[in-house]
Amino acid sequence: MKKLVVVGNGMAGMACLEHVLAYGREFDVTVFGDETHVNYNRVLLSSVLAGEKPSDSIVLNPLEWYQRHDIALRLGTRVVDVDPQAQVVHGEDGSVASYDVLLLATGSSAWMPPIAGLDLDGVFAFRTLDDTRALLDRAGAGTKAVVIGGGLLGLEAARGLQVQGCDVTVVHLAQTLMERQLDPTGGSYLTSKMDALGVRVLLGRSTSAILGEGHVERVLFADGSHVDADLVVVAAGIRPNVELGRRAGLDINRAIVVNDHMETSRPDVFAVGECVEHRGVCYGLIAPLIEQAKVLAATMTGRKGPVYTGSIQAAKLKIMGVDVFSAGEWAEEASLDIVRYEDPGLGVYKKLALRDGRLAGMILVGDTDDNHRYMDWLRTGEDLSAQRRQLLFPGPLSDVGLDVAEMADTATVCGCLGVTKGTIIGAIHERGVNTLSQLKECTRASTSCGSCTKLCQDLLRAVAPAFEEEAKRVMCGCLPFAEDQLREMLRTQQIRAVQDVLDIYGNGLGCETCKPALSYMLDMLWCGDHDEDRSARYINDRVHANIQNDGTFSVIPRMRGGVTTPDELRKIADVADKYHVRMVKVTGSQRIDLLGVKKADLPQVWADLGMPSGQAYAKGVRMVKTCVGTEFCRFGTQDSTAAGIEMERRFEQLFTPHKVKMATVGCPRNCAEATVKDIGLIGQEGGWQVVVGGAAGKSVRKADLLTTVETTEEALRASELFFQYYRENGNYLERTYDFVERLGIEKIRKETVYAPQALHEALLSRLRKSKDRARDPWQEGREPVNATQFIPLRPIDEVRA
Amino acid sequence: MIENQWIRVSPTSHIPPREGRVVHLAEHEIAIFHLGDRFLAVQNRCPHKGGPLSDGIVAGDSIVCPLHAWKVHLESGQIQRPGGQVQCVERYPVRVQHGVIEVQLAVIAAEVTCGGAAA
Repeated sequence: MKKLVVVGNGMAGMACLEHVLAYGREFDVTVFGDETHVNYNRVLLSSVLAGEKPSDSIVLNPLEWYQRHDIALRLGTRVVDVDPQAQVVHGEDGSVASYDVLLLATGSSAWMPPIAGLDLDGVFAFRTLDDTRALLDRAGAGTKAVVIGGGLLGLEAARGLQVQGCDVTVVHLAQTLMERQLDPTGGSYLTSKMDALGVRVLLGRSTSAILGEGHVERVLFADGSHVDADLVVVAAGIRPNVELGRRAGLDINRAIVVNDHMETSRPDVFAVGECVEHRGVCYGLIAPLIEQAKVLAATMTGRKGPVYTGSIQAAKLKIMGVDVFSAGEWAEEASLDIVRYEDPGLGVYKKLALRDGRLAGMILVGDTDDNHRYMDWLRTGEDLSAQRRQLLFPGPLSDVGLDVAEMADTATVCGCLGVTKGTIIGAIHERGVNTLSQLKECTRASTSCGSCTKLCQDLLRAVAPAFEEEAKRVMCGCLPFAEDQLREMLRTQQIRAVQDVLDIYGNGLGCETCKPALSYMLDMLWCGDHDEDRSARYINDRVHANIQNDGTFSVIPRMRGGVTTPDELRKIADVADKYHVRMVKVTGSQRIDLLGVKKADLPQVWADLGMPSGQAYAKGVRMVKTCVGTEFCRFGTQDSTAAGIEMERRFEQLFTPHKVKMATVGCPRNCAEATVKDIGLIGQEGGWQVVVGGAAGKSVRKADLLTTVETTEEALRASELFFQYYRENGNYLERTYDFVERLGIEKIRKETVYAPQALHEALLSRLRKSKDRARDPWQEGREPVNATQFIPLRPIDEVRA
Repeated sequence: MIENQWIRVSPTSHIPPREGRVVHLAEHEIAIFHLGDRFLAVQNRCPHKGGPLSDGIVAGDSIVCPLHAWKVHLESGQIQRPGGQVQCVERYPVRVQHGVIEVQLAVIAAEVTCGGAAA
């Protein structure tokens, strides 16, 4: 059997090899990769850096795939030489491999500008999984990061680092961000979006040196100015790796020259991917490389016939909440007609360029939903003269299936992997595909950048006989986004009002599901500095009491740790008499409940009590139940009462995804039932156990151990870390017992008590910020948010019955 | 006839947008809602268990009862959730004159459609 050696274990090389293997077993295959990883999806490295995907989830070909196809895989081995006469390649480790057919898929490397200081500790490229992991190691709250280069990669790196807590500055040589994809107007929209995210952008700056003693300290510019830096990412462009091609004696311009059959100047050496130049163009984005791989596989296996004639270059920025799409020609020149739409308030900029009535290119910023329709026009060259008036504003669609129904079978759905509508329909009909995961598995559509996910779903919905929506839960019909996605959108778009969220992303109306959830989310995200909208709150949170089945309310004052005084008890008794309270009840939370209070009486009841709200009605902190501990109990090992009171003080008045009940006990006899609370402190000789995720309600669940510590302060600190982590990552109405099971206690430990100090500080500082803004809601009894908050309307005209 | 009179209730500013308030007029307990662009009024009693509709959450032009989340369409008075309900809530005519909400105590006759499927 002929021997095929593939140099390069990346996306283009392996895509080509997959197509070669699909023709049958025609070669003994050896693959060399200089990275130590199996083939992974390089496109998603920015998602890994941004924490949206774990690094092990981006593998494209797992080890079993190589084994199944009997591929000799040589990871971590760089090929340094080719002898085209002897038909051998030489590895850096001294190994030699002979070939009958050689495939060079060597890709490209980060281009390093000729400046001093690139060898300093803290200078990184952003090309590989190892680069990404190194960046994740270094990034953290307060780290000053400078990204050199404001192209696609640089901006995605900047966003990723910023999500990791860094203060990020992007330094760009040109006056326009992504100037190869955007005109100056589009660039300025993008700049303001990056600004809004909190990423500083410096344009027109030429970097002259990176300075520091051993490690990076600052970045110096040609104009003499500088910025401080702990971390520098160089993303100034890429250069094709052509050295092996040169040694193999291939024709080379900017990269290895190939023809339409993907042949090089030698019959036994082929090349694919970022290291080739086709019709004068080097491609750096994935979609064209996949097309090349398909054609080359045919040529390489003696099935010469298919041709690659070049691709339309399209680029999409993968930053959640910052939508940028660009393709084709869009520069303002005489032969192009420009159609433009701008809304600076919403940050939307759309520009289509037409030549002789046909689409030649586009720029979309802020709203890229229509990119598939435009890309189709671009690929087909359809004459658009008749629909000239509707280019940017298509008529409303009467049903969801219509848009996909109108697409031609040859139209591309997944631009990255070149999957057409016909292929998808085929998979649905012939292979019984019913879900998005099955479709991904079967066709690979939507597995790369993911921008066609919605389109794939629409197709499934319209065609698949038994389409099943994926398990991913969206908020509700008003707002079809998953909660984690919404949190990210609201954070990046800096939205502070519920109605704004509904107007921008939803149906403009909202319902009883999404409104309270959004109210919580905004309060949490902005640490209380949001635009509070009481109409979006449940009645309990509008009048700060718990509605009962007859429309009256229950009043529970705060009684920290279940400890009260004769004075307080007297006041409670007086109030119960004065307002004819129907029932006075001791609750299971060591507090006293006054049941049957009229809404209009609430302000006066609160004033008479003179105690703060126990917030027994809120999706928020309820109380800390305690036992008497060392103060009185002969078995006590810790002062659980004092610890509980302090714990309640630290957490009270804060909102949470669902109610949070806590307890502290002075010994493992557990009299205050800490093991079935959301957070519990269990005293033992010489320390505390901190347990989380317990429940004794609709579910009964024993809490998991978060950590064991020595001092009360450490126990409270661990509780604070878990508490804020739950606030930030829990879905609305998800109790801690579901939250802990969903994430797993290991992950929670890793991201709270075992997380680096910087992450602790970040969580705690957000908690403190929220706490500083929190206040006793019963103060509104004296200063209502509006005149009729608690009382019925008083009619102007008198009506006698 | 008192039924034909427009009764002045309250300045519009006393009901914040997307909230409801109750007003007691003779034997009527009426929930008035501010829907952003208009005001609508219905009886302040959910047909289910008598929950105070004025304390509900406004969802478009419907109100969701605070007790058990029944959903009432304010324009028609029909129960939208749960499905298959035949009863309706009573509706009252409302208008705004010179910044003041006015209602009539004449209950609007239930539409023929009321009692059918939810809108």
